[in-house]
Order: sequence, then structure tokens, then C-alpha cells
Amino acid sequence: MAISDDVLVIGGGLAGVSSALAAAQEGVRVRLISHKKSTLRNASGLIDLLGYADGELVADPFEAIPVLPEGHPYERVGIEAIRGGFSLFDEAVGASYLGAHTDRNALVPTYGGTVKPTARYPVSTAAGLASDSRSTLLVGFEGLSAFDAPLAAEHLQAADVPFDVHGVSIAFPKRFRSDATAMRFARALDRDEPAENGESHTRDVLVETVKAHLDGAERVGFPALLGEDTPEEVRGSLESALGVDVFEVPMGPPSLPGLRLEDRLYEALDEAGVRVTTGNPVAEFDTENGRITTVYTDRGGQRVPFEASEVVLATGGLVGKGIGSNRKGVYEPVFDCYVSHPEERSEWSREGAFDDHPFARFGVSVDRDMQPLDAEESAEYGNLRAAGSVLGGYDLANEKSGSGVSIATGYAAGRAAGEHA
Amino acid sequence: MSVHTSSGTESDTEVVVIGGGSTGCGIARDLAMRGVEVTLVEKGNLTHGTTGRMHGLLHSGARYAVSDQESARECITETRVLEDIASHCVEETGGLFVQLEEDDDAYYEEKLQGCRDCDIPAEELTAEQAREVEPYLTNEAQRAIRVPDGAIDPFRLCVANAADTERHGGRIETHAPVTDLLVEDGEVVGVEIQHESGPGKRVHGKEGETEEIRAEYVVNATGAWAGRIGEMAGLDIEVRPSKGVMVVMNVRQVDTVINRCKPKGDADIVVPHETTCILGTTDEEVSDPEEYPEEQWEVDLMIDELSKLVPLLEDARTIRSYWGVRPLYEPPDTGTTDPTDISRQFFLLDHADRDGVAGMTSIVGGKLTTYRLMAEEISNHVCEQLGVEGECTTAEEPLPGSEDFSVLRDYMEEFGLRSPIGKRSVQRLGSKAEEVLKTGERNPVVCTCEAVTSAELRDAISHAGTDLNATRIRTRASMGNCQGGFCCHRMAAELSPAYDERVVRDSLDELYQERFKGQRHALWGEQLSQAMLNHALHATTMNRDRDPARKEEPGIEYGAFDAGPSPGVSGDGSTRATADGGVRSDGGTPDSGAGRSGKSAKKREGEHGDQ
Repeated sequence: MAISDDVLVIGGGLAGVSSALAAAQEGVRVRLISHKKSTLRNASGLIDLLGYADGELVADPFEAIPVLPEGHPYERVGIEAIRGGFSLFDEAVGASYLGAHTDRNALVPTYGGTVKPTARYPVSTAAGLASDSRSTLLVGFEGLSAFDAPLAAEHLQAADVPFDVHGVSIAFPKRFRSDATAMRFARALDRDEPAENGESHTRDVLVETVKAHLDGAERVGFPALLGEDTPEEVRGSLESALGVDVFEVPMGPPSLPGLRLEDRLYEALDEAGVRVTTGNPVAEFDTENGRITTVYTDRGGQRVPFEASEVVLATGGLVGKGIGSNRKGVYEPVFDCYVSHPEERSEWSREGAFDDHPFARFGVSVDRDMQPLDAEESAEYGNLRAAGSVLGGYDLANEKSGSGVSIATGYAAGRAAGEHA
Repeated sequence: MSVHTSSGTESDTEVVVIGGGSTGCGIARDLAMRGVEVTLVEKGNLTHGTTGRMHGLLHSGARYAVSDQESARECITETRVLEDIASHCVEETGGLFVQLEEDDDAYYEEKLQGCRDCDIPAEELTAEQAREVEPYLTNEAQRAIRVPDGAIDPFRLCVANAADTERHGGRIETHAPVTDLLVEDGEVVGVEIQHESGPGKRVHGKEGETEEIRAEYVVNATGAWAGRIGEMAGLDIEVRPSKGVMVVMNVRQVDTVINRCKPKGDADIVVPHETTCILGTTDEEVSDPEEYPEEQWEVDLMIDELSKLVPLLEDARTIRSYWGVRPLYEPPDTGTTDPTDISRQFFLLDHADRDGVAGMTSIVGGKLTTYRLMAEEISNHVCEQLGVEGECTTAEEPLPGSEDFSVLRDYMEEFGLRSPIGKRSVQRLGSKAEEVLKTGERNPVVCTCEAVTSAELRDAISHAGTDLNATRIRTRASMGNCQGGFCCHRMAAELSPAYDERVVRDSLDELYQERFKGQRHALWGEQLSQAMLNHALHATTMNRDRDPARKEEPGIEYGAFDAGPSPGVSGDGSTRATADGGVRSDGGTPDSGAGRSGKSAKKREGEHGDQ
């Protein structure tokens, strides 16, 4: 017998979770199915809304959104849904995130040595904001080549940040194999493992080493590896021992703040009573009178049916494989929704690495009710909505808008699905 | 020796070799080993032109065994030499000439006989035997001829030749395009070069200068660019550049060179190369070796045609495509119309005999496999002009990195590297492994796709300076699946602290751009997903597309942004949140930044923080 729900959300990333939470608020029965681990683990953990519009840095996203072009996901959902989505997010993550006290963006120093505009940031990064003028020491670890603290400090100086900043590279108190990732460092701090010298523990040795470089700095930044399971405790113990604020510098994949966010969001789903089924891809679906009635996942060759009255497609973009492509064209692999793209592959990209690439905007187009549209601009299915980076019409990297679009469109699609169910 | 003058620098040497491809590097090494003082100048990094843009096939000669037996004989002889003197650049993969059902029986027989005539070992395999060698070979294969084709890393080969040139007292100048030939009384007496970043190793952002290098003899080894150099002395050299596409796959679908056994044609070879396979190629005459169309049909043709040999290729992941330009040449009045019919022989053009302009010889045509032989012949010619009596020893003396490589030791334990990483490092470094890897410092893996460690990168940087593309070709870092998305910035960080932040940033931008360019012709499926991920990593979190440190970006008005709900543990943010021209908590004023034009239209004027 088929599993039956009111709303079925396909996709377990930020957009899927936001959809499921919004739908659940409408008091209906919601299920989220996802195939693979979400791309949140690749994400920095920063929740951007809109960092750049027309290539210009944006201090207040809500002032820039009204002038975005027609078809942009923010234009589709409108300001009210964006605010609604962010309220939902703030509630879901609670005290683990900051930034809700203002509409303005914060500038967070990241591992490349630049600053990134963002609307919300993990509490662990809060003491590092670039508009805070306290003098700063950045600490990197030999062997962790993804973050070169002295170089990042020089880079921040070149960006004219309003504070003194220095960087130092030190040996981590415990020696790992040459290819250890941030995860291994984090675990050693979580467990406060014995240090290399065999006499003291990791955190104590780390504190003593950093103290020698403090030189009056009022805050200290480390790459985002201060604990996987108990980050608050790790950071807190370092702060009290050092006597200054400690912050994390967001890193590339695998990203601990991204993983922590994923954990927090799945707890919120659980609290909201959303049922979660993971591990299998969607293989096929049934329709009746232009509506999707049943979606089947493929469990090692066996078809598992999921019935629902409303469906949200939140399978991600090119990275998450919610948008697929081959030599012939670009497509949406689950429901084969229409994806507009140039016929010639050579027109999918531009010459410069950071040019305005058409491929970055590939995705399905939706109406203002978040329903995917076919080539003739009619709704593909009567009960299907789409959210997150499966949508086209925006460049999440260039605009620094990926998280915000997922949250706002997820909220809008989920709420509408919940209302109709 | 060199002296500074008002207009630049002057120096002199015995021989200037123009061109840092395999031929130029081979000539420089040969001459240097005979005791000739030699300076090699190259406009880009080593292998910049054609050498770095070929498929990496080390020819057994079987390919020419029917059409050009003289070339075929040279190939098998030189392949044997390179297996010996350049063992760390060569992989003895073996090769197959595969006959499909529609391919001509008579040609297969001719190929087999041709190999035997040229002393190329050739073994006949049944279809079953061939599939035992290469399991992904098509079921349509009729039979195959096994020959000793191999794979060669042209980058490592050139770098080793250049390093040996320096070891024998020669000088190598990269990023130094020739801007003029010095001609006096109808004789070439040297070259004028433009140092793009000062002489020696490249440093990004360093001021360039010109240098006149006077020489007793000049060798023009610029291949497809030979005509451009010739023009500078009024010489007409009829090079006929012909482009060919190479398509790089993400893994080695085959471990043997797979050739289609048919007379000639596009898209007939798959070469296993390091961690990848390279599909080739096309052959189309172009008018300009630098400006020619890179066309989608060429890429599609490779996949469509070569899938007939190895069906797995149809849906495999392509990581990039690139084009190379063959330096084909034919003597005036030969009149060949199809470039595939132009000889692959090389030609030595002594401009004294040919044009009445003494002091320079050009070398055109030829192919990588026989680069050493070409270098030997031209070096003989140069030595004759100079009256130097030294004998050529390049066929016997191993290249640096290749000495005693047969006694490969297990470095894994010694250098603390996990086994596959240690194995790959040692393969790339050859006999230099001990010297490079024996470092007291931590030696993390920087490029995980290709397993390149920090120590290997630092060694390459010590030779290449800030040119990360030159470091890339020495180490293969950033040449795997992610095409540098996960490691370009980490490679760049290895330049610090020897070079300052601005230089590191410029070097990173150049490498990242180069990596992107080659992927443009492979952007579908997995690689398009990868490109979007790279775009997101570099533009989103690192914000490299709008890096505020870049001069083109307007300064940021930091005071217009969120400084936190209550900056600092104490909760009094009054002295901490910087507004325009604000006072820092240490009592100083910001030395720059504040007061520069920000995004006033989009910020709330007059507000200082949000407390």
C-alpha cells in the first residue's frame, strides 16, 4: 500500500526543509524525501539573502530587491514571502544564528581572505564581523592548506578593513596524517584529545600557543573547525582561557558550519512532525487529469510509491543534480519540467571564469504561485510547485543569494502547497 | 654577461634558441652538453605552444608504417631512447591498432607488414585477446595489432631538458617574447626580447624590461610560429599550421593506446595519459596559429567516433578540451591541399643557403617523439657553423629525474605519505623524489584529484616563480576532475610568504582563468555540475568575483553594514562598531577605507550600527 501524505517535498536541502516547515505550519501531513546527502555540507553555513545587485554591493537587501528583473525568484515570491521565510528560518535555528536584529547585511571574513555579505551568520562567526573594529588575530594550522592565516590577514588589509589584523600559522597540538581534513581537527577539539607531547590536552596546548601570538589582539579567528559535536563548548573554553572573543572563519567543503546547520534543520523538521524518508531517488510518477498522484522511488530496483495531493520539487540545481544536462541539452530529471537554455553549448558559458554565465541561471521558470511552467507558459502539473536552486533566472554565486532564494521560495511553495492540500 | 643600458639590458651568448617547446628545449640541452653557451627564450611558459597541446602519444611508429616508413623507423628508434633517458616522463602502455567490421582488410595487412618492414614489434591479436587486454573495447572489434606505443608527459619532458640545460651552464628565459631579430649587414646577430616580469623566474606584477641578446648563432625553433620570427628578418617561412582537438576524459577508460586501424581520418586515437584518457583528433589547416575557431562539432566528433571503439566513452565524463596547432611545413611548390597529406618529416632551413641571410636556421615540421633526433641534427649543424667539435650525448645521458629510476624505492613510509600519494609523487619526480620529499615540515596533500603534496608544489615553485600554470604542468596539480575548484587557492597559498598577497592573488586569478577556459568545451553533465560548484565555491564563499581588495572594486563603507547585535562580550558596542571615519578601540583611526565612496544609494545614510 502506498504511503500517503498531504504534501510531498522532494529534496532535502535548504529549500526542501523550508518548504516542509512552511507546509507543516498549515497543519497538514508533510513528508520530505531525499536521495543523497544534501549540498549543505558544501555550503559555508552563511545564510545570504542578496549581496550584490547589478554587480554593486548591497548594504540593505530589502532596498535592492524591488528593482530585480521580472522572473527573478525574489520577484516571483515578493517581499512578504521573503520576510516570512526568514522568520521561519530564524525560528528553526534559534540562537545558533544571528543577524535577525537588522535588515542590513553583515560582512563575514571567509577563508579566501575576502569578506562576504550575508544576512544571517552562525553565532560562531559573529565576533569576526568586518564592521566590528576590534583588532584581530587570525590563526591557521600548518598542514591545513585551505586556510593560510597570514595570507588571509594581508588580503583583509588590502580590502581596507577597519581593524588591525595579523595572521599566524601554528602547528596543531596533535599531529595528523598529511591529508587530514577539518573534520579530524574538529574531533580532536571536541574530545579534547591528548596532545602530541602526551602530557597535556589539545585545547590547553592550543591556548598556550595562541597566547604567545596574541599581542593585544581583541579577538581571535580560527578556521571553522572548532568542534563538530560540541562547538559552543569548544569555542567557550577557548574564549575563557584566552580572555578574548573567538570566532570561526567559514571554509570550503567539507564545511562544519554547513553540517551543523543541516543537523539543526533536521531537528526542526522532527519537531514540526515532518516525516523524512531518505536514501532513494525518484524513479517515476503517475498523473491523473494533469495532476501528479503518486511518486515512486527506486529502492534497489523495487518501486516504493508515495501518494500526495500537493508536491514540491526542491531537488537543487546543477550541483545537486536537480538540473541535469548532456551534450544535447539541459533538463529537469524528475518531472521533465521545461528548462529554457541556448541550443548551442558554446552559449552556455562565457569566456571569463567570473563572467555572467548563462549556465548559472539554468533552471525551471515558475509563475507567482511557484508552479513550474512549460514552454508555452502554462503550469506543467496542477499540483506541482518548485523551490530553491532548481529554479532558474538568478545566479546564486554572483548575487550571493543562494540561501535566501531557497528559504524564500521554499517558504512560498511550501505554504501554498499546505494551503491547497 | 649582461650590462644595463638606458634602454634596457644587453647580454651576449654563443647561441640563442627561440622556443621553449620540445624541440627548443632539446636543442638547448644538446648544445649545452657539448659545451656551447646557450640561451633559450620562450614567450610563455615551457611547452606554451604546440608541445603542451598534443595528445601525449609516444609513437612506436606503427601509425606511419604504411604511409611514411622513414618516419616510422625514426619513431621506433627514438621511442626506445626515451624509454631509457626519460623513464619518469614515459609510460610504456603498449598500443593496439583495432580493426572494426567496416575497416578494410587490405589496409590491416599492409599495416602489419609495414610494422615488420620497419622493425616495429607487431603482434596479431584476435578480438577476444584484444578484449582481454582492454575489456571496454567494443564487441564489434574484428582483430588487432599490438605495438609498443606509449604515453609521454610533454611537460615533464621539457622541464627536464630545460633543467639539464641550466645544469650545463645554459640560461632559460620564459615569459620573454622575441620582439625583434638583430640584423647587421644582412646577418642575424641576436634577438631583442621583452621580459614580461623582469629576467629569471616570473613574478606577477613585476615591471618588465627589454633585453638585447647578441649571439653568434640563432635557432628558430618556434614551430607553427616560425613564420612570425622569420618576418622580423624579412624571411618567408611557409609553415602551414593545422589545428587538432584533444578531448580529456576524467578517468582511464583504457590503459593501452587504442588506434583505429584505417588509412587516415579524424578521431582515431585514445591515449591513456596519467589519470585521464585523451581522445584525438582533427586536422584542419588554419591561417593563424593563435586565432582559430574552437568548434563544438570537433568535440562531438571525438566522442561519437571513438565510442565506436570504446562504447563506454559515449556517456563518460569529459573534463576539458583543448586544441593544438601542428607546425606542418612543406617546401615551396609542393602544393598539397589536404593537411593530412603533408609530411610529418622535419625540415632544417639554413637561411644563409636558402635566403642569403646568415646567422640563423629555422626548424619546422616534425613531431614530439623524434624531438631528440631533430635536436641532435640541428645541433650538429649549429656546431658546424661555430666550429665546435663536441659529440652529441643526449641519447645516452639520462635526463634529470630519470637516473637510476629502475631502483624505485618505497618512499611511502619514509616521507609519511599514504601509499597511492607516495607512489604518484615518486612517479612524477623520478630520482628527484628523495631530494624533494625529504622535508622536515608537514607535507599535506594540496591537490587531492592528482595527489600532489605541498613539498612537490614548493619544489616546482622554486623553479617556476609565481607562474602557477608552470607549476601546474610540472606537478599536474589542478589537472584532475575538479579542474582546480578545490585546490587553485591552496596552490596559490604555497607562494606565500615568499611572495606578497597581491602577487599571490594575481597568480591565482591567472591559474583559475586558465583552468576555466579549457573546461568550456566540456561543460555538460558531470563537468557542468562541477563548473557550477567551482563557481559557487569561488564566487560565493570566497567572493573572488567581487573581491573588495581588487582595485576595480569600489571601497567598502564598512560602517554601513551589520556589526553584530552587540559586538564584543561586554555588550557595549559604542567604540567597536566602526562608522565612517570612526575611532578604533585602540584609539587610532583607520588608515584607509573609511570615507571612500561606498554604496551610498543602497545603505541607510547616517546610521551607525543597529543597537
